[in-house]
Amino acid sequence: MIAIVDYGLGNIANLTNAVEFLGYEVEVTNDPERLKQADRIILPGVGHFKDAMNKINELNLLPVLEQLKETKPFLGICLGMQLLFDSSEEGSVKGLGYLPGDVKKITGNVSVPHLGWNKLASTVPSLNDDVYFIHSFKVHTDQNVIATAEYEEDVVAIVQKDQLIGIQFHPEKSGEKGLKILDQALKGGFLS
Amino acid sequence: MIKKRIIPCLDVKDGMVVKGIQFKGLRDIGNPVDLAKRYNALGADELVFLDISATETGHALMLDVIKQTAKELFIPMTIGGGIQSVADISALLKAGADKVSLNSSALRNPDLIKEASEKFGAQCICIALDAKWDEEKQDWFCYTHGGKKATTIRALDWVKTVEALGAGELLVTSMDYDGMKQGFDHTLLKLIQDTVTIPVIASGGAGNAEHFTDLFVETDVSAGLAASIFHDEHVSIQEVKDLCMKKGVPIRNV
Repeated sequence: MIAIVDYGLGNIANLTNAVEFLGYEVEVTNDPERLKQADRIILPGVGHFKDAMNKINELNLLPVLEQLKETKPFLGICLGMQLLFDSSEEGSVKGLGYLPGDVKKITGNVSVPHLGWNKLASTVPSLNDDVYFIHSFKVHTDQNVIATAEYEEDVVAIVQKDQLIGIQFHPEKSGEKGLKILDQALKGGFLS
Repeated sequence: MIKKRIIPCLDVKDGMVVKGIQFKGLRDIGNPVDLAKRYNALGADELVFLDISATETGHALMLDVIKQTAKELFIPMTIGGGIQSVADISALLKAGADKVSLNSSALRNPDLIKEASEKFGAQCICIALDAKWDEEKQDWFCYTHGGKKATTIRALDWVKTVEALGAGELLVTSMDYDGMKQGFDHTLLKLIQDTVTIPVIASGGAGNAEHFTDLFVETDVSAGLAASIFHDEHVSIQEVKDLCMKKGVPIRNV
């Protein structure tokens, strides 16, 4: 069973649809005992970084998430990926700190949010496709980067460290190719 | 580099797709779920459903359409039409919408934009704007209720306001160009895109593939939207994309 962590922020209907469409059994839950029963964990999220951290704290999910990321395949998507890092400018708060790096507002002579289809650049050949992004903040890190996308400057699009994976774009909204990437992430990821 | 998006718009009334010519004289085209799947297969980058139902029953049917579509279709879906409140937005997002587009209700109550943007995130709040040129006042003004009611709000003021309130995207329809199939309203769209930093979807006036490439060459808008020319198979999405590639417009090729 795949558990999607429900911390009350953002729309997870479509992520649930996509994971089910791929043939997995899904449970949307914030019950620590159910989360511990899962084979894999997805940390979703759309919305504000500070709100997300507040909700995670309110629901007292920090201890169980800390434990799960050590023991199970753990996938953060969009804001869920950003939460994996040390801190964010969005609300000036600390993140989960599972990966080294910080989240900062997208700047430069470009439209914000970074919205639409953009091509991934990766040394993993199966990842060089157009995928759908929608975000105003981006991760700054030089470690664990699997794929980037060019938006004046590079946007970190996929990170992976062991069983811990982050995806900035929306694989559940990136057509058939996005579903393949989501499936690959759920089957262990992109490290050879 | 971000790709320019080609977006078919499906006007839905009581659960069925229709398209107005200059917002008048509706005619049935088909089942929205089937059309959505067809457009996904044909390479649409996103879909817009505009719910033009006038009744509660009609809006409820729209929720079913979204739910069914979202189970089988994994590209972004924007829903507009008749959205009055944060509760309406919440129901649409839960059904599977990725973005909602607000028009009349936002003009009547601009605070709704702020409230919705703070609650759901700017990325899912698109403001739809029906703009019409006023020859006497030499300016564009916003219209509501599917283009039927004029307001005294200048289009170029309104886009600045909605961006400040937290809108994440604009869907700009030129009422003067809509249904004419003579190309997009570059003058209006350029002025609007120069006024805001959020992405703009251009709507109204596409009649052939060149109109899309002209739009992307001459303005900085992010996306081009059309309905009847795609529904009638007068122009295919692939034809538009092939021409974009030929002219060096960045586009997603499926």
